[in-house]
Amino acid sequence: MAATTRRARQRPRIARTAMAVAGAIVFSLPVTAAAQTIAITGGRVFPVSGPPIDNATVLIRDGRIVAVGANVTVPANAQRVDATGKWVTPGLIDAATQLGAVEIGAVPDTREASARGQDAVAAAFRVSDGLNPASVMITPARNEGVTSVVVVPSGNLVSGQAAFIDLVHGSAHDMVAASPVAMVGEVGNKRAANVSARGELLMRLRELLEDTRAYAQHRAAYEQGNTRSYRASRLDLDAMIPVVQGRLPLLVEADKASDIVAALDLAREFGLKIMIGGGAEAWMVADDLSRAHVPVLTGAMNNIPDAFATLGQRQENAALLQKAGVQVILIGNAGGGDEEAFNVRNIKQEAGNAVAYGLPWDAALRAVTLAPAEAFGVSDRYGSLAPGKVANVVVWSGDPFEFTTRAEHVFVHGEEHREPSRQDMLTERYKTLPPDYDRP
Amino acid sequence: MRTAAIVLAAAVVLGCATGRATRPAGESPATPRSDSAQSASATPDYGPGALSLPNADPFPSTYKPFPSRPTVIRNATIFTAAGPHIEHGSVYIRDGKIVAVGATVNAPPDAIVIDGTGKYVTPGIIDVHSHLGVYAAPGVQALSDGNEATNPVTANVWAEHSVWPQDPQFPRNLAGGVTTLQVLPGSANLIGGRSVVLKVVPARTVQGMKYPGAKYGLKMACGENPKRVYANRGPSTRMGNVAGYRNAWIQAEDYRRRWDKWLADRKGEPPKRDLGLETLAEVLRGHILVHNHCYRADEMAQMIDIAHEFGYKVRAFHHGIEAYKIADLLAREGIGAAVWADWGGFKMEAMDAVRANLALVDKAGVRAMIHSDDPSGSQRLNQEAAKAMAAGRAIGIDISEDQAIKWLTINPAWALDLDKEIGSLEPGKHADLVLWSSDPFSVYSRAEKVWIDGALMYDRLDPTEQWRTDFELGFVPDNRGGSK
Repeated sequence: MAATTRRARQRPRIARTAMAVAGAIVFSLPVTAAAQTIAITGGRVFPVSGPPIDNATVLIRDGRIVAVGANVTVPANAQRVDATGKWVTPGLIDAATQLGAVEIGAVPDTREASARGQDAVAAAFRVSDGLNPASVMITPARNEGVTSVVVVPSGNLVSGQAAFIDLVHGSAHDMVAASPVAMVGEVGNKRAANVSARGELLMRLRELLEDTRAYAQHRAAYEQGNTRSYRASRLDLDAMIPVVQGRLPLLVEADKASDIVAALDLAREFGLKIMIGGGAEAWMVADDLSRAHVPVLTGAMNNIPDAFATLGQRQENAALLQKAGVQVILIGNAGGGDEEAFNVRNIKQEAGNAVAYGLPWDAALRAVTLAPAEAFGVSDRYGSLAPGKVANVVVWSGDPFEFTTRAEHVFVHGEEHREPSRQDMLTERYKTLPPDYDRP
Repeated sequence: MRTAAIVLAAAVVLGCATGRATRPAGESPATPRSDSAQSASATPDYGPGALSLPNADPFPSTYKPFPSRPTVIRNATIFTAAGPHIEHGSVYIRDGKIVAVGATVNAPPDAIVIDGTGKYVTPGIIDVHSHLGVYAAPGVQALSDGNEATNPVTANVWAEHSVWPQDPQFPRNLAGGVTTLQVLPGSANLIGGRSVVLKVVPARTVQGMKYPGAKYGLKMACGENPKRVYANRGPSTRMGNVAGYRNAWIQAEDYRRRWDKWLADRKGEPPKRDLGLETLAEVLRGHILVHNHCYRADEMAQMIDIAHEFGYKVRAFHHGIEAYKIADLLAREGIGAAVWADWGGFKMEAMDAVRANLALVDKAGVRAMIHSDDPSGSQRLNQEAAKAMAAGRAIGIDISEDQAIKWLTINPAWALDLDKEIGSLEPGKHADLVLWSSDPFSVYSRAEKVWIDGALMYDRLDPTEQWRTDFELGFVPDNRGGSK
């Protein structure tokens, strides 16, 4: 019952353990804007995949980037966007959010991010199936330069399947760029996993991984009822197959250093491809993570020992990990907080704070663009400004991480978006009091 | 930079050698405790605890400023919160007080000199809405002491009795430039109890942190929280909430009348003492300030009517998600608005949060302030103010940094009725100040040094000037000095 002032004591976790999704990984093609050529000219361009280029042009055609550089010829029919004195970057990516899956945290009917599951396993649950393309939280995020997010499920030992979505208008089908991009699971949250000891939690994971392997090998026999029984459902086992085959990453929610090590051990034992989400104490095992090439999704504004699993939490986490060679992905609010979807835009603040605590600026930009695209397997299309990439591009009035900087042009799929958010409408309505509807 | 570090090291040594600064006469806690004692002795039949005395102070502050040395910060940009900022300016502090602020100051040769080139100075940050100590870290049930959620009206509880001085969130707050906190009970209840104003300093007891002479606050809460918590026994509706407040004030007025009459004539047996009604009576007498958690515009307007009905004032609405919808009303009533920069959307009553809230209420003439309600956000109130300032500018309200700095300094000082002592850099005021590595409205700026009552309490560059709580020893890796 948590009545309180503070809206939530413990940040909801982002990710949870997991394993696999049956079936092939589906990539849908983005909706392309009407055949159209746009030239963003004169700006300081940060391709991320290469060094910044001054006075450069980004040429966009039919929703894709076709050229980036200082000597790009602008076709006569191109619509020009003058970015002189501006900064041009790929659209930002918040790699762990419930945007579109949770509208109002305290209203259960608008929460679609946590499945009931069976014995705390919900591997077959696809969070994108409940995506709300009409969420009023999407416009504020996009207006401030966030063009894609990874929507992660939560709850349970295995939460389900995450989706990479673009913040475009349209149906969920139009928005989902790739799903699943990860199975989400847990090694540190006993309550979510419905167990009473960390060892029991790992035991449950091992059981699921072993059963998935056995199931994958004996599917025909399973259909004929000629295998031993498995604790997990058929759908969950199917969903776990790409995980045990190392094709789909398992995003493991873990904060405590020893839990992270346990996750690394599990990955080695089963040949899993994993990422760590949360990672409060990841800096303490940075070398292990680096050696195992395991990326870490973490925030940059957490320094409170707010649980016994996060005693070593500190704001230098991202910088120390990066220094050790770990792929760092910055996420909002360490992936939680019940106003989290409302403030996906604050991914910029996370990045700025990471810089204030030692992360090089270029690495911070990478951590909210190309790094998440790589970790979730979509860097062929997202996270950088280069020919062939999806034209998610932002023109900023200055340093994107500074509070006074504005996202002046936001392109998603090569189309500029700039409609007022619900917050903008409220502001406009009450800017002069009394409001029109209450005027005599 | 190098110079500053060396000078600072000297400050530490000298500071210790000097011993504790003495509190100037007249600065002692302005508590009428002596009155209470006198009253009690005038009627020897009763010990002080038997009487419901106005302004009683049974848990007096034992805070004394830490040792300090005369210090000058030179060539910094200074946001005074009392006027335009001063570029290449200086601040001179001595004996816990600000002596001079300006383009140049006369400082004696024995003063420690800190080179502020490229840096910024602001008053110490004041967070009027904190639960540090009462919801301590780690957030385990054993340390969850912020809501006495056993009755919708618990005016009888005092937040200070839940404050754990070893909460590791305190030193982190200090490192964020926060020098004064109002710690409140939570919002489970219609009337949650008394708040306490603390200095963010290490102490063995909460009495050692209490801001001497600060008024108490009363925490009240509107809307969803109380009706959710008490859904089974009531109130379970907003109309039930309002009936609950009014019932409490009816009893409080009766209590105040009986006690004030008895205190005036001292005839017969004193009325029976009641802890909760005593606190409410003190609100009615104007000695305790009302801090009202309230999100929606329509509910704030109702709370204002209740205050009129019973003759008390709401000092500030906290959280005030919809304050911008009634900024004219708040301005007319002289009620402050303590709000977040951009928290919202997490429940129905928070749906209409807008980032320009602070700028809009400020423009309407309301005392606007940023607050945290959160141990993490409290460490970055400068960043929250920066977001709110930018949002104002985006809709054409020209909020200057000189104005925005007031949101986290002098305006919250006013909400605590301490604006004559703290909240701005002016001669004679307490030397609570922060030296920032760069413009505090930049995301890259960090508090580098923090002084409280003239004493250097935090130095990011000197691990020996970084406070570690008892809890942290052994449990939390010692990262002091570990940042770049």
